[in-house]
Amino acid sequence: MIRAMTVPAPLFAFEGVAVEGSSGTLLAHVDAELPDAGITVMLGPSGSGKSTLLRLCNRLEAPTSGRVLFRGDDLAACDVLAHRRRVGMVFQQPVPFGGTVRDNLRVAAPTATDGEMTDALARAHLTAGFLDRIASELSGGECQRVCLARTLAAEPEVLLMDEPTSALDEPARLALEGLARELSADGVPVVWVTHDLDQAARIATWILRLEAGRVGASGPAGADGPG
Amino acid sequence: MAQGDVGALGVVAALALVALAVLLSWRGGLGLERSMAWASARALIQLLLVGVALAAIIDPSRPIALSWIWVGAMVVFAADVARRRAPEVPGLWKLAVVAFAATGAVTLGVVFGLRIFPLEARTLVPIAGLVIGNSMNSTVLAARRIVEELRDRRLEVEARLALGQPAREAARPHVRAALRTALSPQIETTKAVGIVFLPGAMTGLILAGVDPLDAVLVQAVVMYLVLGSAAVATSVIALGLVRRLFTPDHRLVRLTRPAER
Repeated sequence: MIRAMTVPAPLFAFEGVAVEGSSGTLLAHVDAELPDAGITVMLGPSGSGKSTLLRLCNRLEAPTSGRVLFRGDDLAACDVLAHRRRVGMVFQQPVPFGGTVRDNLRVAAPTATDGEMTDALARAHLTAGFLDRIASELSGGECQRVCLARTLAAEPEVLLMDEPTSALDEPARLALEGLARELSADGVPVVWVTHDLDQAARIATWILRLEAGRVGASGPAGADGPG
Repeated sequence: MAQGDVGALGVVAALALVALAVLLSWRGGLGLERSMAWASARALIQLLLVGVALAAIIDPSRPIALSWIWVGAMVVFAADVARRRAPEVPGLWKLAVVAFAATGAVTLGVVFGLRIFPLEARTLVPIAGLVIGNSMNSTVLAARRIVEELRDRRLEVEARLALGQPAREAARPHVRAALRTALSPQIETTKAVGIVFLPGAMTGLILAGVDPLDAVLVQAVVMYLVLGSAAVATSVIALGLVRRLFTPDHRLVRLTRPAER
């Protein structure tokens, strides 16, 4: 097994990153690099620090020590609002905002036309008919896809997904995995957090394994990789 | 004795009502007898002390600076009360000092600037007390609700931040909901005035022998002052708290529940 392999021109690089939470150490000295393509899966049991590591990528979390680099630039020095628009995030629980699906997409893209919104919905495999539906009345799977469409409406270059299927049933889960594959094939690298080994095997092109706040292994997915 | 004067005997007679409350608490097994008696005694002592101090300060021969010092002390004391009533709100003391000072500046500025009342020690201290005291409730309520909203709706706030919204914008729907909750009791009270109850200032003036129509006009000014001051104080608290609860790089700080502290 190759441990913490380096990557040419990484998407994200973590240099000696530690995060202390109120209840103890969440991440202890993480050194790792993620490739700028495909689907990178951050894999580990709950409490291993994988969500914290993902949240560092769009600075919803800041490291207590160490640096997080996005395509070579230190996130501590960047314009965080612009960065978050470049790096979209889908959360574990679908979080609809008030109002219709159109209102939800407007939060991400205030000036978007109906045509642009329909495109964003289509990338999440939803029809234009959803625009006038009340977001909070959708099913779990539909709502998570609206959240994905909302994130895509801001036209991010990278997509972070924090256990996005844990609240979904099997068909919705497989559908979302398929969407992530399509997006990465379209040139939007995806970083996907999960504790599900089978899911990692289905979608990962690269796997970063976390154990108790440290990197266990990092490398391409496959027979000889850490997956 | 003028018609509105209350002698010491009158106060003692009114204490019969406290005795009645104590009796009811005892009969009902509420266990509030001691605290009722203590609260009544304490209120009387505090009011007497304030009365003596006020009489000394609002004496026209004394400089008005003394009254301003009194007002400053009220701001600091009110902020301390707010902090103790909402210990889960981080940094509330400083924020409340700023909020009450701003409220005082705006409302006193209007009252004296527009010559609604003449600027004298006799008007300054009571009006400042009215404004600060009344905005204290709304301030505590607003601060608590804002912290609760941002803590309980963390997922939604972070979903907005993750879309690139600045902290203030991401917090806006939640702050708006909190301010609505904090101000609505004041608005409801204002609406019900005169129909349901006759408010304290007006009752006091009528009891003191003032023409009811004059009392009504003073009461209207008082009500607008109270409503305006609540709005100013809660807005300042909201602005300050959003700055305090988000980092400069637009992250929501960890907020614990009061029970976890």
